[in-house]
Amino acid sequence: MTADFLLTLAQAIVNGLLTGMVYGLMALGLSVIFGVMRIVNFAHGEMMVVGMYLAWMGFEYLQVSPMLSLPVIAAIFFAAGYVLQRGLISPFIGRPEHQQFLLLLAVAILLVNASLAIAGPDSRGVQMESQFDSYELGPLVFDAVRLHAALAAIAIALLLWLFFTRTRTGKSIRAAADNNLAALVVGLDVRRLYAVTFGVGAACVGAAGALMITIIPVSPFLAVEYTLLAFVIVIVGGLGSMTGALLGGLLIGVSEAVAGLLLQPSLKSMFSFGLLILVLLLRPQGLLGKGPQ
Amino acid sequence: MSFIRRLAGNAPPRILWSLGVLLALLLLAPALLGKYWLSVLILILYFAYVGQAWNILMGFAGQLSLGHALYAGLGGYIAAGLYFHYGIGPWAGLFAAVAVAGVAGAIVGYLGFRFSLAGVYFALLTIAFAEFTRVAFDHWGWAGGSGGLFLKVEHATDIVNLRGGPVLFYYLILALAAGAFILCRALLRSRLGQYWLAIREDAEAAQAVGVPVLRCKMIAIVISAALTSLAGVWNAFYYNNLFPETAFAMGRSIEITLAPIIGGLGTLFGPIVGAVVLTGLGEAFTDLGDVLRIPGIKQIFYGLALLVIVAYRPAGVWPWLADKLGLKERQP
Amino acid sequence: MSGARLDLGGVTKHFRGLRAVHEVSFTVPAGAIHALIGPNGAGKTTIFNMIAGVYAPNGGVVRLDGKAISGLRPDLICDAGVGRTFQLVKPFKGLSVLENVTVGALHRKPRLAEAQESANAILARLGLYDRRHQLAESLTLPDRKRLEVARALATEPKLLLLDEVMAGLRPTEVDVMVGFLRELNQRSGLTILLIEHVMRAVMALAAEVVVVSYGEKIAEGTPQEISRHQAVLDVYLGEQEEL
Repeated sequence: MTADFLLTLAQAIVNGLLTGMVYGLMALGLSVIFGVMRIVNFAHGEMMVVGMYLAWMGFEYLQVSPMLSLPVIAAIFFAAGYVLQRGLISPFIGRPEHQQFLLLLAVAILLVNASLAIAGPDSRGVQMESQFDSYELGPLVFDAVRLHAALAAIAIALLLWLFFTRTRTGKSIRAAADNNLAALVVGLDVRRLYAVTFGVGAACVGAAGALMITIIPVSPFLAVEYTLLAFVIVIVGGLGSMTGALLGGLLIGVSEAVAGLLLQPSLKSMFSFGLLILVLLLRPQGLLGKGPQ
Repeated sequence: MSFIRRLAGNAPPRILWSLGVLLALLLLAPALLGKYWLSVLILILYFAYVGQAWNILMGFAGQLSLGHALYAGLGGYIAAGLYFHYGIGPWAGLFAAVAVAGVAGAIVGYLGFRFSLAGVYFALLTIAFAEFTRVAFDHWGWAGGSGGLFLKVEHATDIVNLRGGPVLFYYLILALAAGAFILCRALLRSRLGQYWLAIREDAEAAQAVGVPVLRCKMIAIVISAALTSLAGVWNAFYYNNLFPETAFAMGRSIEITLAPIIGGLGTLFGPIVGAVVLTGLGEAFTDLGDVLRIPGIKQIFYGLALLVIVAYRPAGVWPWLADKLGLKERQP
Repeated sequence: MSGARLDLGGVTKHFRGLRAVHEVSFTVPAGAIHALIGPNGAGKTTIFNMIAGVYAPNGGVVRLDGKAISGLRPDLICDAGVGRTFQLVKPFKGLSVLENVTVGALHRKPRLAEAQESANAILARLGLYDRRHQLAESLTLPDRKRLEVARALATEPKLLLLDEVMAGLRPTEVDVMVGFLRELNQRSGLTILLIEHVMRAVMALAAEVVVVSYGEKIAEGTPQEISRHQAVLDVYLGEQEEL
């Protein structure tokens, strides 16, 4: 092993960590939704892609940087998620899994094809000046856009943590997640809490989309890939665990970057799915998830 | 005659008559229909067939697989690869295809059921295996890698090597779909079928009345995988090309699940009715899409239709339709 | 059908260090009806689950007619001749009443027609025959309890474990069930072990009663003896004070 190689490896790990933070934020949305209402959002990657498109449109047509449009996109996603849960998903809570799956699959088909109809099949990226900036730490290079995206993802995750630990609504949601019946008994409005939860989960993935567009261009075909990626991350981290989702994001980010370096890049997802199979079999509650009830 | 009588069981005569007429019409269809309608019918029968295969695992035994493209893909690749490389005809190749897919099903099933993965977790395991295999085939030279595997197109009908036009493949898929229907009906009227239903409803209670749960689930996934692989073989020789990106795609797996879910999970006619509804909608929206000329518009209508169906008929179209027609599907 | 003898020898079960059942031993002779009573959380259902194979005991052995069955899978224990009901009833909700019982009957009669025939006979004896084509989920709780018993009986057991089948029944319904079980026991010699809170039923049915508290056996005897037993009274009075 030469020093050159070690440096390249370290650089890949750095890039993986930074991208992994954004992955983590995306997966966080999935994990929050599942953790509270036991619904697997099969439209997660599609929502991510819509977030990326919105940020791209803001940049392309209004000349607003994705970092600045992020709060707006998150707010739109929150509102859309809230309404979607209230209007469509709510009656499906507690229903058989295949019905939930079909419902969200229909939502996914609508989202991705609406994107296709509006933006077309070509990939769309944003060209920002900061894309050529970088920070250097010794021999390591931190791409400015990746670093900013990762920092923003960390900040959002912190906000979310504050929301769930410090606010009344956040605490109530956790109570409802732990014990639905007890929450009903003490008079929590579970329906509203669920809608807020879906809104929060959607806002996470919308924000992650706004960050991701600064790193890679978007096309409708990314949607399935992101859905699968989010599944892998939350299962590896522990379905329903917030820290697990973030750490899972980092782990997958790094392992993809390293696998892309050591193996053929196209083999990197095989690594992720292999990891998913191992975790499912050996520790289905995930690396950080709670044990089975 | 006694075979037919046993097959019919306690089905009411008017259902038998309707089925007989339907079968006669289907047998005559290539003579009656033009090229386009025959291709639509082929599509319906294909989805009815794979839907029935999937329905055995999910509708009967209650195990949600979202990775059935794995078995179809393996079946197609094995039979096409054997033919392409060694000239081994598909009639022999399909045994290899069934064996490999059956083993793959057994592996997925054993791992999933042994470690008691249920519901979403089992579904994710099946997705993971399908995706894993997809990437592996992308890099496997024997199977043509990501560049795909192509069979030579020949127009002369050659039943031994399954070369020929739509009519040949129409009769093949008709035979498969009809065979699967008969098999499913026989299974439901057997001890195994009843045990599956019990496991679907409550595995713990089933085990308490003597149902060997793991063994029954294993049989379900192996049968389901083996049947699905035949659809893969048919697919490969009908379309003459195979790509990992489509053969093992998540979209292919999802496609397989739609007809039974839409039609009515766990019922005999559900997958067939679902295939008619879905293919009909798909074709109608394709025409509409051609008129409107907006990319993705076909899929948008399709998504809306799914949404409406799952919101208003969550148990599927067939149970509702059967009720309207006064034909409550009689459980054996 | 004839009954089998059940022996528990020092059966113990821990859950993550928590002692659920500790060295419990008792015997139910072939053809007898015994009851297992005790306050909530005493470990009664855990004992049932060890007999039925849901849990393997951490120590001790369960024998049926002298043959060790502890540690076997539930379906194999059913094979050996143990039928059980669940405290929280577990009907096959989406199947008809007849299909529910048929699944049990298929265990000994692999042919569907024969299994249905014997299922129908059992349903008739339990007064469910008229509802045989209803979905199990449409049944009322008392009917679901009867369905549990019917499904367990369909497996032709030599030992029947009944987990609170009287709970939620009206007094007249309790009498009907007591009458049914007594007749079943007398006619076929089936051994029955029941967990029951309805003391009227225990007094009417059980030849002997085993009392457990905090996972240990604290008393054993005829219902009359048990009702005068000081330790038992303490346990039950203590429970009442808590309420």
